[in-house]
Amino acid sequence: MIQKLFFYASPQNFYPLAGKLWPLFACLATGLTVWGLWLGMFVAPTDFQQGQGYRIIFVHVPVSWMSMVIYLAMAFWALLGLTFNTRLSGMMTKALAPTGAIFAFLSLWTGALWGKPMWGAWWVWDARLTSELILFFLYLGHIALTNAIDDPRRADKAGGILALVGALNVPVIYFSVKWWNTLHQGASVSLTKGSSMAQVMLEAMLIMGVAFWMYAVAMALYRVRSIILVRERHTQWVAELPEVKAQMMKNAAGGAKA
Amino acid sequence: MIWSSWNDFWAMGGYGLYVWGSFGVTALCVALEMVWVKNARAQALTQIAHELVAETNSKEWS
Amino acid sequence: MNAFVAIVKRDLTLALRRKNEVITSVFFFVVVAALFPLGIGPEMNTLRLVAPGILWVGALLASMLSLGRMFATDYTDGTLEQMALSPNSLSLLVAAKILAHWLLSGLPLVLLAPILGLQFDLSSNALWVLTLSLLLGTPVLSLIGAVGAALTLGVRGGDVLLSLLVLPLYVPALVFGAGAVQAEISGLGASAHLSVLAALVLVAAVFSPWASAASLRIALES
Repeated sequence: MIQKLFFYASPQNFYPLAGKLWPLFACLATGLTVWGLWLGMFVAPTDFQQGQGYRIIFVHVPVSWMSMVIYLAMAFWALLGLTFNTRLSGMMTKALAPTGAIFAFLSLWTGALWGKPMWGAWWVWDARLTSELILFFLYLGHIALTNAIDDPRRADKAGGILALVGALNVPVIYFSVKWWNTLHQGASVSLTKGSSMAQVMLEAMLIMGVAFWMYAVAMALYRVRSIILVRERHTQWVAELPEVKAQMMKNAAGGAKA
Repeated sequence: MIWSSWNDFWAMGGYGLYVWGSFGVTALCVALEMVWVKNARAQALTQIAHELVAETNSKEWS
Repeated sequence: MNAFVAIVKRDLTLALRRKNEVITSVFFFVVVAALFPLGIGPEMNTLRLVAPGILWVGALLASMLSLGRMFATDYTDGTLEQMALSPNSLSLLVAAKILAHWLLSGLPLVLLAPILGLQFDLSSNALWVLTLSLLLGTPVLSLIGAVGAALTLGVRGGDVLLSLLVLPLYVPALVFGAGAVQAEISGLGASAHLSVLAALVLVAAVFSPWASAASLRIALES
């Protein structure tokens, strides 16, 4: 088992594995989305307090969860990379970041669209929304740092440390914002309905959560393949890939036409 | 089925703007990300193919 | 211990030869504290309310401005590499540099704050808590900032990038620091906030030199 793991730690071996896996995750994501949206939009009843507006939770909660899960995944790969000095770990962190940032943005966007009809304001300094905003900044900072450094190995390691420092800080930031919020008599409405949520609503929300998770994995696997190609472009195995050879022929044909 | 008509569905009890604004932007971001990721792969392949051709050419001429 | 003291003395001496930079960040604090009332209006009741936040954010930004200097000059002239190669623990030397940075940019803010607080008509108790909160908080800013400075060493657009990286991580210190003063003003007592700040300093003092040293090694390797 451990040997299998080390086998796939090499980009050359991971590339075809990711190639086989991402369509599976994409299918799962599509299927679960259809099921979740069916339940959420066509089966779940109207909410007593919030009318039809509550249905936003079927995207808001999943993207919020995932924005945090992805950050933890990035920290995990960062830890792996810094401990074992593997190249693939840095590539995985880089592959995960954009999806996480998009989810953090969507969490803020859908949160605002939920807040406006419910609380009357586009933005409230609720502890969770504020923490989400800070998480969004952490994502942007990570992407900015890894893009600013030219040397890929240094970028990976620096990004790794930043991801770890950020991950350790996220609980601290969350609790400090929570403290800050309660002392200032913030909104007493919670964003989740708690245990009073109807069974179907909870089910749909969870299914959508898993759907977004599968989507994030599919995106990360697809993206890491492109990263691997670029990083490993000077190797023999990349030169012999069928897609590379096909591209070379396409270029040649294009050139011949010109 | 909880909706009495398609109109009701789109109106979402008056919350249509917010609900569809959320779902819409989410769908848009997902679609854009898929396009982005596809483009990145195409760019990577083009770049590698160019470099390899240039390499083999320079080897042939030397 | 000798190496630690030597580095602190060295950094202080070098900085005092270029007094400009030290004075500029202090001056920034003064100007920011004066700008906010100009933007908000002279109503004393409003100003008293927002004073803790303004003074803390001002101190935070002033402290952040000088972060880039922490390692940059030593990096360019090769001293940093020598420090990494020396038999002394790099974490210890980094801790010394952080202390020097705080003495130069944090401590002046702590000393200035009560004077600036008078502009906002803060009570003497509040001024005392403000000073104390900054005394505990500015080291946290230097410690966390050091990690950011080490990560962005020699990177294009490093200064702005540094701010983007470090500001989210500053939030806990800001919340508890400004919160302490607000708690004092509203009569609730600041001891809880100050205790949390003290805890933050201790944790940061343990982890930051080590994380910064690791980041410096990454920068030096490439």
